[in-house]
Amino acid sequence: MIGIETGAGPGAGGTEAQAGTTLLDVRDLRVTYRQGSREVPAVRGVSFSLGRGDTLGVAGESGSGKSTMALSLLRLAGAGAEVSGEVRYDGEDLLTARWVKLRAVRWAGASVVFQGAMSALNPVRNVLDQIVEPIVLHQQAGPREAERRAARLLESVGIPARRTRAYPHEFSGGQRQRVMIAMALACDPDLVIADEPTTALDVMVQAQILGLLAELVRESRVAVIMISHDLAVLSHACDRLAVMYAGRFVETGPSRQVIEDPRHPYTRALAQAFPTIGDPASRLAPSGLAGDPPRPSQIGEGCSFAPRCAVVMDSCRGRDPELWQVDPERTAACLRVLSEEGAA
Amino acid sequence: MSSAEPAELEVRDLAVVYPGRRGRPPARAVDGVNLRVGRAEIVALIGESGSGKSTLARALMGLVKPTAGRVLYQGAPLEYSTRALRRYRGHVQLIMQDPGGALNPKQNVYDAVAEGPRLHRRTEGLSATVRDALAKAGLRPPEDFLARYPHELSGGQQQRVVIAGALALNPSVLVADEPVASLDASVRGEILGLLLGLRDQLGLSALVVSHDLALAWNIADRVAVMYLGRVVEQGPVEEVLLHPRHPYTQALLSVVPDRRADWHPVLLAGEPPDPSAIPSGCRFHPRCARWAAVTGEQRDAAACDRRELPVLAPSDGSGPASAACHLLETTLLETT
Repeated sequence: MIGIETGAGPGAGGTEAQAGTTLLDVRDLRVTYRQGSREVPAVRGVSFSLGRGDTLGVAGESGSGKSTMALSLLRLAGAGAEVSGEVRYDGEDLLTARWVKLRAVRWAGASVVFQGAMSALNPVRNVLDQIVEPIVLHQQAGPREAERRAARLLESVGIPARRTRAYPHEFSGGQRQRVMIAMALACDPDLVIADEPTTALDVMVQAQILGLLAELVRESRVAVIMISHDLAVLSHACDRLAVMYAGRFVETGPSRQVIEDPRHPYTRALAQAFPTIGDPASRLAPSGLAGDPPRPSQIGEGCSFAPRCAVVMDSCRGRDPELWQVDPERTAACLRVLSEEGAA
Repeated sequence: MSSAEPAELEVRDLAVVYPGRRGRPPARAVDGVNLRVGRAEIVALIGESGSGKSTLARALMGLVKPTAGRVLYQGAPLEYSTRALRRYRGHVQLIMQDPGGALNPKQNVYDAVAEGPRLHRRTEGLSATVRDALAKAGLRPPEDFLARYPHELSGGQQQRVVIAGALALNPSVLVADEPVASLDASVRGEILGLLLGLRDQLGLSALVVSHDLALAWNIADRVAVMYLGRVVEQGPVEEVLLHPRHPYTQALLSVVPDRRADWHPVLLAGEPPDPSAIPSGCRFHPRCARWAAVTGEQRDAAACDRRELPVLAPSDGSGPASAACHLLETTLLETT
């Protein structure tokens, strides 16, 4: 199960993931970039836990901190980033782990499917060799055995054997993304972090990739954290959703519930921004949200969504709400939700 | 054509062929298209990569010269002399996908919006023109934006500046190539609402090119679906999107992820189409589920593997939807 820590105090359900089943446990993760003398908070306290085979979708717009959050789990957020909090992977804190341990976890424990496959793949090596390398390095496999496994992986993502020696530029965008997925699975990881895996792709290819990922999750029980700006894509690909705004989770819960009955006004606006064809309410009536997502450097006092919120109250500007338990499986960070629920 | 009043913008039997490079066969990017955009009408042109939709948009702007067929503005064929093109672009303006790339980083908002009128030597009352265009594009009050540079603006504001630049010439048609593809979801609706408002308030016509069928549902009156250089289905948005008849439109609609719980994408086999290797017969038949399912007499009668996909006649605002599919003619298929 996936638990999301709330600010509602002790006894909040879902946080006590049982020992032995928890794969990843993230506590109060914060990432701050330094720009000269200024501190720019990109991630401002994110907590969640993930069990084996769980799928968590993290939705957010540009600047929400979703990619920074995901990459910092494996200390991939870049040299200028200051990361604090805890990222327990199989019990060990990756933020303080020694380099050797971290290196072992990357690939073999947790791997990443990056957004732009063209820039993530090495342009001057064929795709088979690029998948063989981590297998040899991390699995202590012989070159021949590694090659067999790499070819099998490529086949499982729909790259035929005759094309395994081709170079990245010889593939279409969808094929390159499938190569990336095969590579992420090379060392049989327990966790895959997929950062916008389908963003630049056509809808038909996107559906293929999502179908492929769903199949792999079913077969191998690998846990997935998928990052996307597209709430609709995530709701189909993941069991649970976390909506991120200005460096924090503002709503979490089972995907269907979150998208069909959003509690946070931001989630509501985001869900309406993806219209359903056939829905009379959105015909000749595009729905957006006035204003722009805040830049990390501009986050001030109070609720960070207040400047764009349609139902803002006076009290919102003075208090930055934390995640409250809305029901046993759901949380939302909104004072209005809090007052309607009558809690605290 | 069928209606008395000439369309604002029209293409007839348009073809654009790019020569093959390094021994490759030529690419038939647009391969026989008829399309009309009426006054104060928004038409969405939908297709995947390789469908030829962007090439068609470029041909509409006179940026590529068609290999065959022609572009007509208010009934008059487009001419390709520098002077004729400049005059034409005073009436038909292009809005590109990526506002960050479309704007010059060293130019402030005033100069970016004033660039068109200056090129067209319409400098009388320029300051008022720029302010008016910014206000129409939703940047109010305009004074707050005049001195700002692109990097000081959000993505949504940048796209509004691009749109203001187009409006400064007082065009009658906008051609928008993926106008919201690079914008955040919450900003997308705002920009689409702006385009819709320009039609309602100023009577502007627009051709919006996109890969996104939901965009057509949001703002378009009519939609045309392109596959490998041809329009395979076109008509009023409600008709085409709620009762698609062409198997490609049906497949494309099925893969759009939306909020419905029951999402059952019908995946097309194979890779995205390649305009330098267009299959013979109906160009969609190698990926067509309907063709794969028919047998016996129906198969012989339809002969999708031997008969070329028909070129659809242009339809206008009053016409019904049409779909280019042999199987629709030769079999009694359910159309919903």
